[in-house]
Amino acid sequence: MGIVSPGFFGRRRRDDPALPPGQYLTEGFPVLSAGPTPRIAPDEWEFTITTETDQVHRWSWDEFLALKQDDVTQDIHCVTSWSKLGTSWRGVSLDTLFESVESDCEFTMAHSYGGYTTNVPLDDLLGGKAWIAHEFDGETLEPAHGGPARLLVPHLYFWKSAKWVRGLEMLRQDEPGFWESNGYHMYGDPWREERYW
Amino acid sequence: MRTGWNVAEVIGVTQETRTARTLRLRLPGLTGHRPGQHVDVRLTAEDGYTAVRSYSVASALPGDELELTVEELDDGEVSPYLVHQVAVGDQLEVRGPVGGWFVWDPADPSPVQLIAGGSGVVPLMAMIRAHAAASPGSTAPFRLLYSVRSPDSGYYSAELDELARSPLLSVTYVYTREAPAGSGITPHRLDAATLLAAVLPVDDHPAFFICGATAFVETVADWLVRAGYPADRIKTERYGGTGSRP
Ligand SMILES: Cc1cc2nc3c(=O)[nH]c(=O)nc-3n(C[C@H](O)[C@H](O)[C@H](O)COP(=O)(O)OP(=O)(O)OC[C@H]3O[C@@H](n4cnc5c(N)ncnc54)[C@H](O)[C@@H]3O)c2cc1C
Repeated sequence: MGIVSPGFFGRRRRDDPALPPGQYLTEGFPVLSAGPTPRIAPDEWEFTITTETDQVHRWSWDEFLALKQDDVTQDIHCVTSWSKLGTSWRGVSLDTLFESVESDCEFTMAHSYGGYTTNVPLDDLLGGKAWIAHEFDGETLEPAHGGPARLLVPHLYFWKSAKWVRGLEMLRQDEPGFWESNGYHMYGDPWREERYW
Repeated sequence: MRTGWNVAEVIGVTQETRTARTLRLRLPGLTGHRPGQHVDVRLTAEDGYTAVRSYSVASALPGDELELTVEELDDGEVSPYLVHQVAVGDQLEVRGPVGGWFVWDPADPSPVQLIAGGSGVVPLMAMIRAHAAASPGSTAPFRLLYSVRSPDSGYYSAELDELARSPLLSVTYVYTREAPAGSGITPHRLDAATLLAAVLPVDDHPAFFICGATAFVETVADWLVRAGYPADRIKTERYGGTGSRP
């Protein structure tokens, strides 16, 4: 146990077994980003998966909405210590997007409008573990939270769930993305508290 | 980079305003920090319950000392404890300083425009202090636009007045609730026109650092992008909260 601060009681919103170590519950939805919020109109938006052979798989907004849609309820965990339980999203599973993609790579880099990047192993995107989400709580995803669409990888810290996502690049070798180059962990498992290097 | 929990000793406390206090900490083994970085502070209750919050480093000190300035939120879990209870001689668990993005690099000659709402001035003050300490090393012009509720809610007022005598720093206050007595200024929230009149022009290609409550940072960054400032020159730090718009 750490150093006890006499007279500190706190709020004790920590008894929930769904809460990873070091996290506290929040009812709000904090916004954390490194710069201004990009505002991308759906008709300018497209999503691509680029393979190691430079093959580009491309979806326009309408093509993306025409794909099979999943409704998912997931807990999310931010590295800055808040967690939000039971959030509901609508989006397209990465399994659906990868159906037609041929690649031998184990690693991916997510790229966002505005220049943000984050690395995620392919294994962590497939198998019903990740989505490109465009609705939150039954509403269109707001720009501040990554609208029109963001990556949603709920089992990793939320900085991996790139906002304003525009594509995935297949990588032969793991490489750090934006926060990973600025002191954050390469993988980011909340249950192992992989916050910083 | 120091990423584990370390024990810091509180070696000084100063009341900054009616609702904010500056804590001076000694963190053995620390060898300085970059202006704009933050630390995580962890409080542990007697039964083992813990709470962690981030606080920007306010100081630009070499060596193993650093200062934080914490604003009390009425319904807050951690900030009232840091503002009222912690005393000289107490120990606190601290992780960091961390962060390599929202930092000013003294070797960067670009003009710098700082924009703060309330306690968001803390990491910007670290940049101002580092800049002043580097002079005549750094000749980068610095400007601070600081939105405060009233004259007595501004942090570091006397020091900022003193530093602003240098031609390399100018400070503009916006008073949202109450302006200085006899100034003839009408208190108002920061609006796009006031912002654009106060900040360095687009042609100077300034580096922006904006910090404050989330809504403040969102709004200000949007105004700048709409006015033609390139988004990749604008760095932001959002302190959370949903209240306090500019
Ligand atoms: C990188 C970083 C650096 C920070 N640096 C500083 C700093 O230098 N000085 C400082 O005083 N704070 C700073 N903060 C904010 C700080 O981490 C805490 O959020 C703040 O002290 C409130 O914590 P609390 O436990 O008292 O309140 P909580 O119990 O967490 O929250 C109480 C209520 O206040 C709201 N709230 C939380 N934060 C804010 C806010 N900033 N403004 C308005 N409402 C809020 C919450 O939504 C909640 O309803 C920083 C935050 C970040 C992410």
